[in-house]
Amino acid sequence: MISLSCCSNLEQLDIDPNKEKIVLVGNPNVGKSIFFNYLTETYVSVSNYPGTTLDISTGNFEEYIVLDTPGVYGVSSFNDEEKVARDIILSGDIIINIVDAVHLERDLFLTQQLIDMGKKVIVALNMMDEAEHRGLNIDIDQLEERLGVKVIPTVAIKKKGLAKIADSIEQAQKGKISLDKDIQTKLDQLEDEIDNRADSLLILEGDQYVAAVHDKQAFELREDIYQKRRNHVNKIVEEIISKEERDNSIGDKIGSMLLRPITGIPILLVILYALYQFIGVFVAQTLVGITEEMIMIDIYQPFIINLVSRFIAPGSLLGKILIGEFGVLTMTITYIFGLLLPLVAEFYFFLALLEDSGYMPRIAALVDRGLNYLGLNGRAIIPMLLGFGCVTMATVTTRLLGSKREKIIAIFLLGLAIPCSAQLGVIAGLIAPLGLDYFIIYVVTIFALYAITGTFLNKVLPGDSSDLLIDLPPIRMPEIKNVLQKTYLKSKYFIFEAGPIFALGAVGITLMKEFKILDWIKNAVAPLVVGWLQLPKDATEAFVMGIIRRDFGAAGLSSMALTNDQTLVALIVLTLFVPCIAAMLVMIKEQGIKQAAMVWLGSWVAAFAVGGIVALFI
Amino acid sequence: MTLADVKRGNNFKVKNIPDDMIRIQTLRMGISEGSNLNCNEKIPGGPIIVKHNYQEIAIGRSLAEDIEIELHPEGSD
Repeated sequence: MISLSCCSNLEQLDIDPNKEKIVLVGNPNVGKSIFFNYLTETYVSVSNYPGTTLDISTGNFEEYIVLDTPGVYGVSSFNDEEKVARDIILSGDIIINIVDAVHLERDLFLTQQLIDMGKKVIVALNMMDEAEHRGLNIDIDQLEERLGVKVIPTVAIKKKGLAKIADSIEQAQKGKISLDKDIQTKLDQLEDEIDNRADSLLILEGDQYVAAVHDKQAFELREDIYQKRRNHVNKIVEEIISKEERDNSIGDKIGSMLLRPITGIPILLVILYALYQFIGVFVAQTLVGITEEMIMIDIYQPFIINLVSRFIAPGSLLGKILIGEFGVLTMTITYIFGLLLPLVAEFYFFLALLEDSGYMPRIAALVDRGLNYLGLNGRAIIPMLLGFGCVTMATVTTRLLGSKREKIIAIFLLGLAIPCSAQLGVIAGLIAPLGLDYFIIYVVTIFALYAITGTFLNKVLPGDSSDLLIDLPPIRMPEIKNVLQKTYLKSKYFIFEAGPIFALGAVGITLMKEFKILDWIKNAVAPLVVGWLQLPKDATEAFVMGIIRRDFGAAGLSSMALTNDQTLVALIVLTLFVPCIAAMLVMIKEQGIKQAAMVWLGSWVAAFAVGGIVALFI
Repeated sequence: MTLADVKRGNNFKVKNIPDDMIRIQTLRMGISEGSNLNCNEKIPGGPIIVKHNYQEIAIGRSLAEDIEIELHPEGSD
């Protein structure tokens, strides 16, 4: 029996309930996706797991359904990844557990937990080449004997052993458990009551969610069970591994260079500079020049305007909404596909490279100290970097932060001072011709405000932030197929998330223009924009557009005749300005209307105050 | 002494991890009270990177200050 609420989300993934499920489980970065791709070559579907940003791949292998899971260190409910993995594992009939032969002590904990849950398991002992290279001899027969399940050595990236895994699925079986008598008795009792062995174990381990599903109180035996499992695993590892001393591999050497501040910080700066060159110069200018101007404006727009004009008068209200200056079919489509998509896609590509190479956690360790001043720990670098891609999406990933306090700080900083890639592209295009001194003033101003805001929030918000505790995976060559798949999924998510809101915003602007609301706003805020920021009255139009999307506003500026000083001030104001509507909606969802409103109002104040001060001084 | 006091290259034994959640998390990664570790890197003012066989973990400075350790008599690598 599978509990209802634990799998109600799973049902939304649209899988045949009559088929047996094979679930792929493993720690992060063990090469699970290669196994998945191998087994499911013919038909794969990827769907968002409801309520999370996580995508779950499902496919078919012979008469089975195969499900992938996010990489986890154990089955429990500490974060979104774990909750999703937990649901899928609980629903699985056969588990293929992929373990990293070099990190057996860490990985076998999960293996043993799966076995303790009473699941039918096959273990794929992956990265055997690396283990050999490091002089690790693993007694596979003994490991099989101790775990009580089949263990198959593999080198997934070279496709070694994969066929054997596919042939051995039928041989998956329940293994030897690590629990002591006392816990075993409790487990049997609970299993009698709820008729589900795996759920029973998780309830004993204190999993509140699974307990609630069965109307039970969670036990508080987690530490006891974990400690015994850990001791058990350590003993197994001791028995099966013998080591020969070898030199460190090249990956290890790179790994420690990336961490040692004296080499690590320069490398990080070089990578960020390369990223800037790539996004800000190559993609934002060269590539977007092709996609936006040549394809969208020169070819697509005349085509669509011509087509729509046959049925709807361009001068009518509907005509303006569809194909006018801010038309849904003209401007919106052009911005999304011509401007934003190339920027966002290559940013996600770059990020996927950082992630899959194992570099990301090392960046987190390097910047931990700096982020501590802002009440965050190094882990927050992940949403911050993601924010340079799309603030909306980054806001959702703040969930991985340890405490509510950290989430508030991160969301505030994201909303206030992190320009998204689309905006960054436009900003880079506008600021590059002004010269280095303008660029420096811009960067220093934004950075200073970022630091001041973070420090301030860290002081005034009650409570403590959590500390960094992060596993550093070995440095490895990223699997390009995997990187491309991640890029594709994130870009798709971006279009579906931002696209409709963007279109709605465009309609709003057209209506405001049509009914002269825009003129009214321009006059109303003229003292602020003209008097205080020393900008022309028309700049208000860009700011109003910026409420809908910030890059939208920045793009609006590019068509205005501004002096260098005015451009700088306008860009600073727009960068600090309110988060776009999509980001606001996510903030409301994540943190409630009160905090979202605070971020929104705070951004107004900060943007105009700082912009005015800069205008006074330059 | 605490984990924050170790130097790069030191070998030491973990004596006490006071925080419940942290203890659970490190248990899963392969480190528990009684583990013998090596300090692989110490970022000035920042995290301590500990190594256990091939497993590396970054531990924030203030967390490291709470973790009690004991240096091994044979000292450093």
